[in-house]
Amino acid sequence: MQLLQQAGALLPESEPYSTEWLQGVVDALCDLSSKDALTGLVNRRSFEMALSREVDRVARSGEPALLLTLDIDHFKAVNDTYGHLAGDMVIQAVAKAVSQAVRPMDTVARVGGEEFAIILPNCATSFGITVAERVRECVSELKVEVAPGQVLAVTVSLGGAFAPQWVRSSSLLWMERSDRQLYRAKAEGRNQACLEPQIDSLVSAEEKGMLFAVTQQDSE
Amino acid sequence: MTTTQAPTAPSVAPSARPATVRGGARTLAVTSGKGGVGKTFVSANLAAALAARGQKVLVLDADLGLANLDVVLNLHPKLTLHDVFTGKATLEQAILPAPGGFSVLLAGSGMVEYSRLTPEVRDKLLHIVETLKPRFDWIVLDTGAGISDVVLFSVSMASDVLVVATPEPTSLTDAYATIKVLATQQDRRHVGLLVNQANRVGEGKLICGQLQQVLARFVGAVPGHSFKLELLGEVKSDPSVRQAVLKRQLVLEHYPGSDAAQAIKALANKLLGDSGR
Repeated sequence: MQLLQQAGALLPESEPYSTEWLQGVVDALCDLSSKDALTGLVNRRSFEMALSREVDRVARSGEPALLLTLDIDHFKAVNDTYGHLAGDMVIQAVAKAVSQAVRPMDTVARVGGEEFAIILPNCATSFGITVAERVRECVSELKVEVAPGQVLAVTVSLGGAFAPQWVRSSSLLWMERSDRQLYRAKAEGRNQACLEPQIDSLVSAEEKGMLFAVTQQDSE
Repeated sequence: MTTTQAPTAPSVAPSARPATVRGGARTLAVTSGKGGVGKTFVSANLAAALAARGQKVLVLDADLGLANLDVVLNLHPKLTLHDVFTGKATLEQAILPAPGGFSVLLAGSGMVEYSRLTPEVRDKLLHIVETLKPRFDWIVLDTGAGISDVVLFSVSMASDVLVVATPEPTSLTDAYATIKVLATQQDRRHVGLLVNQANRVGEGKLICGQLQQVLARFVGAVPGHSFKLELLGEVKSDPSVRQAVLKRQLVLEHYPGSDAAQAIKALANKLLGDSGR
């Protein structure tokens, strides 16, 4: 009970140990166990469940779904320079900005220290980069006042991948694909969003070049 | 706590093909990427050639959006796949005899509403193919153009794939794109190629080698992923094909001695020859 109180959970008002009271405690505990204490976002455990549910849904419905993974740029420097309290404030500010940049139906989770993930069900493939860019922009506009007169700017790098439609993939594989794009965004200089290339741009110029090199030679 | 309800869709491993139908007829998907390269022409004439070899063949018009098998075969169906989908006809009623000694299941013009792959379309197509497999030796799925989800799903139901391409650069590019998607997304290890409208003998072999080379570089680069593109036939540009198409006849029936008819027969023999694969 103390734990719940401390966590700021809404405690049941009914007669202690009555059925309603017990139900209220169970609900509060479930809520507590699925949320991240610092940001109030969905926590890692709950996120993994949501992700595998989404994999099932995509396999059944064929609707495109996007997974974005993001990471605060140079976060270690914030912690080292301004202290962990400032770091926590930055994380909270980013969490809020990200939540406001996406739809209510999307799941925003804190999956690690300065890592976040967003599941976007029913997100058209053509909108993927727009959404990712919006999230990136919303964060980059943040001014986090970590101490009086001390305002920090913060940026994130994002990676994203769509779930393969109609095919039952695994949530692990999906995470890996999205993370690979996140590494790419980091490697390409941070504060940017990289999405896994779609089927539309399937044949690269290099492939075309190789495809026609010989046929043209031959026909001459 | 609610737990996730296990969906009824069959579960497959990551990057594996979606639900494949097992047992019974050999299923061959005829696809191309680009439209107008002779997919339906090949499907219909190949079916006739297989039928001539004593095989029981069904051609299913899987081009749900722009079905034209009826046009190629000069058929005027009263009942189509559309009626089966909507429950107005049974499968038995919608399967029609075609000239050439095989059976067809035509899509019909009302299928546009089904040209998007919804769970309903997916389940219905799967059910139809599954139901028909024990009754035939071959089911030829004549897919639509492009690499849409309906096309990819149709191909995923087939055990064998035949990609039709012409020497045109656009056709080659689209054929390459299709093969690449099949190799990477559906985990195909083997795809057959038919080069249609070849300008001269040997062009098919050249094009196949060309495609194989680019595939080896960009698809085969994945470790442990062996992929084989096999040239199954070459149909040279042939005036009798044009004649037959205009008259809405089968080349195999009306110009049996033509180069094109011989090439299609050779394709059928090749498919039957390695049926143990």
